[in-house]
Amino acid sequence: MATVLLFGRLADIAGWRTRDMGSAPSCVSEIKTLISQDNPEFRAALDDRGVRVAVDRVLIQGDAPVPANAEVAFMPAMSGG
Amino acid sequence: MIRLVAETFDPGAEFNRFSAHRTASGAVASFLGLARGQVDQPVALELQAYPGFTETEIGRFVTVAVDRFGLHDAMVVHRIGPIPPGEPIVLVLTAAAHRREAFEACDYLMDYLKSRAPFWKKEFGPDGPRWVEPTPRDLSDIERWT
Repeated sequence: MATVLLFGRLADIAGWRTRDMGSAPSCVSEIKTLISQDNPEFRAALDDRGVRVAVDRVLIQGDAPVPANAEVAFMPAMSGG
Repeated sequence: MIRLVAETFDPGAEFNRFSAHRTASGAVASFLGLARGQVDQPVALELQAYPGFTETEIGRFVTVAVDRFGLHDAMVVHRIGPIPPGEPIVLVLTAAAHRREAFEACDYLMDYLKSRAPFWKKEFGPDGPRWVEPTPRDLSDIERWT
C-alpha cells in the first residue's frame, strides 16, 4: 500500500496532505490519475512543470514504478527557506 | 550538522557551541534570518518541509560548500511550522581557516537555501495567506556561484 504525500499549494488544492492508497498502484502516473480523478484543478496542478516527484525520498524524472509500501511525494516549486 | 526545528531556538547558544574548542579554525561566520511582520501579527509565515528529504537535500549542498570553500565545519538550523514575527527562521554557521572562505560559504549556503532548498513557504500578509516562490533576486543571487 503506497502512501502519497502532498506539499505546499498542492495540499491546499487537494484538501489533504497524506493519503494511503487502498489499491496497489504500479506507477507514479497511475497514482496521479487515481488521486485527481474527481478534481480537475488538482490534476492541472499536478501536471505543472514545476512539480517534482520523489519515490521513497529519491527524486524521479517522468514516470517511475512504485514499489509496494512506497512513499510517493508530490512537491510543487520550492519556496526556499 | 543540519537540523529542522519546530520551536524557536537560541542562535547565540548555537553559535557558542559551534565556535567552542576550535583551534584550527581562525574564522567562524554566521547568518541569521528573521521572520518579518507586524508586531501584533500572530504568525508571519509558515514553512513546510519534507522531513528526511529536506535535510538530505540541504546536506548535499553543505557538502558542496565544504569542498568548494575548504570549510572545517558547517551547520544549518532551520525552523519549520508557523513562525511569529521577529523569531529566527534560519541560522547558518561556517568555520574555516580564514575569514574570506567562512564569509563566502555562508553567503553561498544562504543563496542556495533561499532558492533551491525543499521548503514551501506560506506568508500571512494583510491580504491573507499566499504561497511564496523564490523571487527573481533569489534566483539571480544563486547564479553568482555558477
